[in-house]
Amino acid sequence: MRAAFIDTTTALLDEDPRTALVLADISASQFAPAGARHPDRVLNVGIREQLMIGVAGGLALTGLRPIAHSYATFLVDRTYEQIKLDLDHQGVGAVLVSIGASYDGSREGRTHQSPGDVALFDSLGGAWTVRVPGHPDEVAPLLRAAAATDDPVYLRLGEQRNAQAYPDADRLRVLRRGGVDAPLVVAVGPMLDPTLAATEGLDVTVAYTHTPRPFDVAGLRALAATEVVLVEPYLAGTSSAVVGRALADVPHRLLTLGVGRADLRRYGDPADHARWHGLDAEGLRRSLDAFLGSVRR
Amino acid sequence: MATTLTTDSTAALPTLIRRLTGDEKHAPSAHSTIDVLQVLYNRVLRITPETADDPERDRFLLSKGHGPVAYYAVLAAHGFIPDDWLDDLAGPESRLGHHPDRMLVPGVEIGSGSLGHGLGLGVGTALGLRAQGLLTPRVYVLLGDAELDEGSNHEAIAYAGATGLGNLTAIVVDNSSTTHGWAGGIASRFTVNGWTADTVDGRDHTDLYVALTGHRPGRPHVVVARVESKG
Repeated sequence: MRAAFIDTTTALLDEDPRTALVLADISASQFAPAGARHPDRVLNVGIREQLMIGVAGGLALTGLRPIAHSYATFLVDRTYEQIKLDLDHQGVGAVLVSIGASYDGSREGRTHQSPGDVALFDSLGGAWTVRVPGHPDEVAPLLRAAAATDDPVYLRLGEQRNAQAYPDADRLRVLRRGGVDAPLVVAVGPMLDPTLAATEGLDVTVAYTHTPRPFDVAGLRALAATEVVLVEPYLAGTSSAVVGRALADVPHRLLTLGVGRADLRRYGDPADHARWHGLDAEGLRRSLDAFLGSVRR
Repeated sequence: MATTLTTDSTAALPTLIRRLTGDEKHAPSAHSTIDVLQVLYNRVLRITPETADDPERDRFLLSKGHGPVAYYAVLAAHGFIPDDWLDDLAGPESRLGHHPDRMLVPGVEIGSGSLGHGLGLGVGTALGLRAQGLLTPRVYVLLGDAELDEGSNHEAIAYAGATGLGNLTAIVVDNSSTTHGWAGGIASRFTVNGWTADTVDGRDHTDLYVALTGHRPGRPHVVVARVESKG
């Protein structure tokens, strides 16, 4: 996904003089050729993330379309107030593109992990579009669409990927249809493949989206039966408020699966972290079975 | 303390300031910035209400959003906002708060209040102008000496100096309010990173004008405007 981001951004810099890229050392070497061609629009501020977002805000105030990029924890967690004030409060947007996701940096530890990034955007004014592609082929169209506007857009890239791309899945796309009133399982981004594996043989509807914000509320209302399960690759429950509002007039039960809140203080592979957070196929199946079997009749 | 300017806006300021409420929290800093603001708006900045959206205008960014009384008064004196807006500072229907909001106040380039944001935005603005071939406009960012405590400023100072951002001027109004002082002086915090610097009496309009127009090619410039301690 990172390669798709670099290739697409390089093309955008060549094609559109409004595009500007702000880096804080991360991925700087990969953008060196673009920087040689566009020295005024490829800006590496060094390891200064607060400045990276401030500069993005200033660029946007002059009419440019800034793209800022780093690991999620440095791009979002560290610069939360700059995002809130240097972008949102100024009434300007930017495209923020992260890598690292929740635990791609499993060996680096907590300092390089950002399970709470999407929740942080939810604490802002609601204008942010959040894209969480599940396949590298989804990245280019999402980035190009973002660059063509002045809106605030967060593009969350990770190493985990699904086998198949669904670039048009900005709304809930049904990939497995259950029977009448079957429970609805919504998988976001790279959680699709583990969710499909976990629901094998279950009478459930599985829907996929790479765009949790704005959440496809109409699609949710059309597909939801009594039981709804969210499977998200970031903090568990991040979208529970959205679903709660969308289904406020509909009796329903909601299970929210995602990354746990605890600092595990463990290293290992991303697959280990997925297992520890119950986000591998086996863990998801356990949670689904417990939830679907727990109805008080 | 010389005051060499006697423009219409200068004469109007005392009356305009009196129209603002007297219980504004950061009232002392209103007075610390007023001379810098007068010189900027009377003689330096190429901005008028008619050119407030012109890409070729100079940009003035009030980073030190505290104490905007002088700022609002100057904006009113120069016709950016109606005088009667001054009568209801921070009221429920007022567009003027204790910290300015660019989305509410014509002529205000950035919303500020939380310290340490204006210089980064100013660096980005200067870069954006340069990238678009807008080489005439200059970006002026007004900070306070205590505001420099915020580390974000030092990210901007280092980067602007290292890259020779020559269309940027920072103005630090120094009323000795920083808690732990600035060993070596404020100007040296900038010059060590390649900025040019002038330290002047922040009440002397002639000296302020010379310093505010004293930038040199290819380097960002800082004006340290020293005023009396706010006590």
